[in-house]
Amino acid sequence: MPLLWLRIALVLYGVGLLYALMALSRGSHFLDHFVFPCVGSGMVLQLVSIVETANEVGHLSPTTVHDVESLLALILMFFFMAIYARYRTLSPGILIFPVVFLLTFGAAIGKQPPQFASPLLRNGWIFVHIALIFTGYAALLFSFAASLLYLLQERGIKSKQVGLLTKLPALEVIDDIGYKSLLLGFPFMTFGLLAGAAIAASTFGPTFFRDPKILLSTAMWAVYMILLWTRWNAGWRGRRAAFLNMIVFLVALGAFAANYFSGVHGFIAQ
Amino acid sequence: MKFMLIGVNHNTAPVEVRERFAIPESKLSDAVSRLAKYPGIEEGMIVSTCNRVEFLARSANGCDPNLRGYLRDFFQTDLEPYDKYLYEYQEDEAVRHLFRVASSLDSMVVGEPQILGQVKEAYGTARAVGAVNSQLDALVTKAFGVAKRVRSETAIGGSAVSVASIAVELARKIFGSLEGKTVYLVGAGKMIELAARHLIASGAGKILVVNRTYEKAVALAAKFDGTPVPFDQLHTTCAKADIVITSTGAPVAIFRREHAEQFMSARRNRPMFFIDIAVPRDVDPAVNKVDGVFVYDIDDLQAVVASHISDRKKEAQRAEYIIEDEVRKFNSRLQTLEVVPTIVSLQEHLETIRQAEIDRVRGRLGSMTAEQEAAIEAATRGIINKIMHTPISTLKTAARDPESTTVIELVRRIFNLRDTRVEAGDPPAKSSTESSTSEEDSKLKTAARD
Repeated sequence: MPLLWLRIALVLYGVGLLYALMALSRGSHFLDHFVFPCVGSGMVLQLVSIVETANEVGHLSPTTVHDVESLLALILMFFFMAIYARYRTLSPGILIFPVVFLLTFGAAIGKQPPQFASPLLRNGWIFVHIALIFTGYAALLFSFAASLLYLLQERGIKSKQVGLLTKLPALEVIDDIGYKSLLLGFPFMTFGLLAGAAIAASTFGPTFFRDPKILLSTAMWAVYMILLWTRWNAGWRGRRAAFLNMIVFLVALGAFAANYFSGVHGFIAQ
Repeated sequence: MKFMLIGVNHNTAPVEVRERFAIPESKLSDAVSRLAKYPGIEEGMIVSTCNRVEFLARSANGCDPNLRGYLRDFFQTDLEPYDKYLYEYQEDEAVRHLFRVASSLDSMVVGEPQILGQVKEAYGTARAVGAVNSQLDALVTKAFGVAKRVRSETAIGGSAVSVASIAVELARKIFGSLEGKTVYLVGAGKMIELAARHLIASGAGKILVVNRTYEKAVALAAKFDGTPVPFDQLHTTCAKADIVITSTGAPVAIFRREHAEQFMSARRNRPMFFIDIAVPRDVDPAVNKVDGVFVYDIDDLQAVVASHISDRKKEAQRAEYIIEDEVRKFNSRLQTLEVVPTIVSLQEHLETIRQAEIDRVRGRLGSMTAEQEAAIEAATRGIINKIMHTPISTLKTAARDPESTTVIELVRRIFNLRDTRVEAGDPPAKSSTESSTSEEDSKLKTAARD
């Protein structure tokens, strides 16, 4: 049953994907009215699917890679809705919908992967760690999306080719979305990392710190903090800030991908 | 029936001619009711705006409505000197023209929205005096529908096409809402004032005004409830402004890159928008290279205007297809309407015969029971309906054919039907049938629905 909900959600997110593709090719606006109800109901179904899965296995922590993907997609959608509620713009969807679609696609269609073997997952703290970190990642992805849109829009206005970008929100609005996402993500990331560190320290002892995943994550956190500091103190905005946002996101992506090299974090390998 | 339109517009006639034919609002009711009563004219409507005057009329008997005669009488003038300015359209052409006018394809600024409202007002006036009541009514109502379709299916009214509105649009692209933004007016002049008015109308907050002649700054500031600033303080106060509109007569740029960099650091990199409408330019092009500063000079703005106008032209092309489609649809509907009077008189003709025969039978048979009455009624009705079925459906099919008139003619001659269409053109006959027109009209409509 959870898989069925997820597949219906996938179809609904497909409308979002279509919207994103059409927004980039300019022209038609006919999806503008459907896209929000579609992805909204997709999100509800995905939530249902996740809750049902958790009910079946008896705990909240994801037990397969697919659960992880689905959870991340849901958090992204939550973010999207929050931004929509505040700014009334669908534009972040241009980048977010494809990501949500791909994540959900992986979760709904892909082969059932092996379950995570680690007994750690039955620890409730792991869920807290995952949820916080994922929210942080979602925030970073949004700030990345906003930066990309900002650069596009800024380039359009500077080079006086405004026609192409009629659909995007104003520069200051995009900048604000990027900045607010970044601000919001930071505490989640910080507490998520602290929770992770606490679990790792109690499980593996002090040696966990030399793990590549942990090192990268710490580096990412440091870059993140520096970025926030420059925006705050030096008043960096606009282009420069957009580039920095993108760097933080890429580092975070690296840290996310480091699962494959990590001994501490490689749950499947164990 | 026949539609005809005669008029002058901004393309065909200079303002001296347009004002000769323009009809002020106060006289419009009178003019349009006189038009509808003019010999040979059944219905009429007049659209009179500063860019166009259009006289639209319908005659009932197939001959041309004498619109020229009306113009001659109404304006008490000989039309010959104006011949080269007047355009005349009939039937399809008139329908198409009206659709194009209502859809703003014939406007000076293609896609401007006012014209539809003006046509609606003209229609309201004509309706109020009873000058439109049947087919012309259908035509004009259709024109509103077409205009709506054009507006919703094309982007013809989509983008701004004046320098001032483009400036506002760009400012919105940068700042989102203009609420609470500070606007700096550097210099004076019509363009500055116009752009400022647009920005204020869009919500811009504080206004600062600077001019080499301080008194002029004070005068302009008073207009917008703004603050005048002495010219030597321009660079020290400019960082406060989000939007700078500049149009001075300075021979060299007054805003250079280093100024912009100073402003940005004072503003903690909040963006700034320079609208430079001066020639020679007041803002050095290098300023546009500073992060967060956006400069549009008069050529840039005009390029946007031009691109929007060409967008509109493309959309107008699509709109023309819609119009063609609608003209075709309207015509086929009209042709169906054309056979309706024949069908109605055919039905009336046979009904009269039936009634007469029933009366004769009744006279011969004396009193009958209710059942007998009902049986005779049913039998005669049945016969008539069965006989009528084929001719009526033939007429309806024929209506879609361009040669429909010959079939209609033939049916009329076979059944010896009275041709009401000729009488309607004759003024005395018209007044005698006037009382029955509304009744006939409703019949037309019911028959058309069958």
